[in-house]
Amino acid sequence: MKMKTLAAMALAGSMTAGTAMADLVIPDLSYRTGPYAAGGTPFSDGYQDYFALLNARDGGIGGESVRVIECETAYNTERGVECYEATKGEGALIYQPLSTGITYQLIPKATADNIPLHTMGYGRTSAANGEVFNWVFNYPANYWDAASVAVNYLLDENGGSLDGKTIALVYHNSAYGKEPIRTLEELSALHGFTLTQLAVDHPGQEQKSQWLQIRRERPDYVLMWGWGVMNQVAVQEAANIGFPMENFIGNWWAGAEHDVTPAGMAANGYKSLNMNPVADYPVLAEIQTLVHEAGNAAGDGSNLGSVLYVRGMYAAMLAAEAIAKAQDIHGVADVTPAMVRDGMEALEITEARMAELGMEGIGPEFAVTCQNHGGAGQGLVQQWNASSGIWEPLTGFISPDAAVIAPLVAEDSAAFAAESGITPGCL
Amino acid sequence: MSADFLYGIEVIINGLMAGVLYALVALGFVLIFKASGIFNFAQGVMALFAALTLVGIMEGQVPFAHLINAVFGTSIHHFGWQVPAILAIFLTVLVMIAFAWAVQHFVFRHLVGQEPIILFMATIGLAYFLEGVGDLMWGSSIRTLALGLPQGGSIWVEEMTNGLGGDDFYGFFIDKLDMVATLVALVLVAGLVAFAQYTKQGRAMRAVADDHQAALSVGISLSYIWVLVWSLAGIVALVAGVMWGAKSGVQFSLSLIALKALPVLMLGGFTSIPGAIVGGMIIGVGEKLFEFTIGAPYLGGATENWFAYMLALVFLVFRPQGLFGERIIERV
Repeated sequence: MKMKTLAAMALAGSMTAGTAMADLVIPDLSYRTGPYAAGGTPFSDGYQDYFALLNARDGGIGGESVRVIECETAYNTERGVECYEATKGEGALIYQPLSTGITYQLIPKATADNIPLHTMGYGRTSAANGEVFNWVFNYPANYWDAASVAVNYLLDENGGSLDGKTIALVYHNSAYGKEPIRTLEELSALHGFTLTQLAVDHPGQEQKSQWLQIRRERPDYVLMWGWGVMNQVAVQEAANIGFPMENFIGNWWAGAEHDVTPAGMAANGYKSLNMNPVADYPVLAEIQTLVHEAGNAAGDGSNLGSVLYVRGMYAAMLAAEAIAKAQDIHGVADVTPAMVRDGMEALEITEARMAELGMEGIGPEFAVTCQNHGGAGQGLVQQWNASSGIWEPLTGFISPDAAVIAPLVAEDSAAFAAESGITPGCL
Repeated sequence: MSADFLYGIEVIINGLMAGVLYALVALGFVLIFKASGIFNFAQGVMALFAALTLVGIMEGQVPFAHLINAVFGTSIHHFGWQVPAILAIFLTVLVMIAFAWAVQHFVFRHLVGQEPIILFMATIGLAYFLEGVGDLMWGSSIRTLALGLPQGGSIWVEEMTNGLGGDDFYGFFIDKLDMVATLVALVLVAGLVAFAQYTKQGRAMRAVADDHQAALSVGISLSYIWVLVWSLAGIVALVAGVMWGAKSGVQFSLSLIALKALPVLMLGGFTSIPGAIVGGMIIGVGEKLFEFTIGAPYLGGATENWFAYMLALVFLVFRPQGLFGERIIERV
């Protein structure tokens, strides 16, 4: 009798699993543990909560419920690849690797498996060339865009000229940290500013040498490409040497609440780029009511509305919109990864649509094409108000210098195509 | 004096102070290795755990709140009170002593007489276990350490030395937190040396360090001494966690500060408390001076990590036991 009961339960379980397989499967390669957990947790909370909202409010996307599979990478490339291998067989529709290192490993794998990657604001920048990277998308912006947006902001601050100015780049000594160097060198030659490069070794807990050098050389501005503990230490060291915080600008991975709160009031005035301004979006209230109060929050609820939570939610929205577009194009609700890729390539995000979703102004308007997987490339500048504990947007969305970025993307992607034996073209 | 020369002196001063911060971490390794021959891989995680516990207690956070909420469907996070820093430090010390007892009682008591590599493996397991427990207990977010430690450069030093090297010299920069850390480290070392030299427990600790068997034969409890040593290492870890956590906030990357302690141990020796301080200072000055004179101008910077290990390796080649370590003599 007992065996029969167990057998029945096993059968019921397998049937449930069978039903679940028909869902829209979206893996979440999260990192809630390890040295970078403070950044990974809010992003993952936002990413998962948005899909939970769609399930609760709309019954999923196009009538198909969404099943998120969370896999912990600890921001470790090997574990990220293991997560990919462990989840792709579940019918994964789209991957958001959330790490440049993991992205580089997954580009050939996902391409071979015909599963699209979305690397929003990170990863391989030249993946913006969709004719070479058919399965990789990095809209709405990439690192090279970020470097150009920062320089354009500084141009605007200086009456259109940076001639004779000095800009120091403090960067994480890794592939990620080195990404903007080429772009900044081009922009330095174009606009006549002097670029100083200061590398910080992983993990970045000790930066005394770099900030003593900044104190000696007194650059006009400091740009930072940091992540994890490097950000908090850099903000504190900048404050220690009395560097004007309003002249210190981090990229969008160095502009979350936890990057500035350890330094307290000393961090006041620090600036960073962002893709998604923090605001009181109506969708956040819906998540609070339909997800958190229903007991279905991905985390403990404390991250709702923070910079990285909003970014995770935005990434989920872009994935959901691409799936909806794929359903429209192919006329089926139960889409495949290849169909989702088509949806991503036909994606158009407008102000009207963002407002309709309760996220007005959360990102720039953009349209994806086969040639351009990178979107508009726009970013904004925000500033930390330590008194109110809020990141305040200082600008609207700023466009990058396409005349500088486009040739760099073309050159790098052409080199990748040659190395990999890819004949560029649309699918 | 030229500005460049004075900036070189500034780099040396800051290197010395950075070295003291490295030494704070190295001290914990030395204490445990000296008394038990165990290379404690978990020392960095102990610093993280101690700092997390201190902040958690100060903020009145409920330990294991996420776990409790997940199991019982509750929504509790804080007790609703704040604990004064002194009391929180005292309670954290108690937690570290309890941890030391648990480590001895549940792990190392069962591994007496095992090969050093087995003991080392046990500390690797301990490190990952403690990191996981720390996450479950206090969460993974970054916390601000509100102990009121001074931050920023000393204005007095800067103003007094401003202009010594002409208009291009802006005065010496000395971080007030580094000055406090140096003071704390000196007091800590003096306290540890005095404890080892002048107290009964300290003498017993030294006896165990010299010869386990001989210490046992005169009635010293090995178990008690190991708990004592792990407790002291826990307190040292708390100090290191506080000093490093004041710079970056208390976060999980604190566990990586152990990486800065390894070259210090290689250079200063695994068995000398003053050796940890001197080794730390040599590493701190060496890496910063190299970065200032060669690394940044000619090699693209970020040379400190590898240079520290290279410097330690050079010392190791000529003096394998480290500058202050006990001489290794094998008699046939």
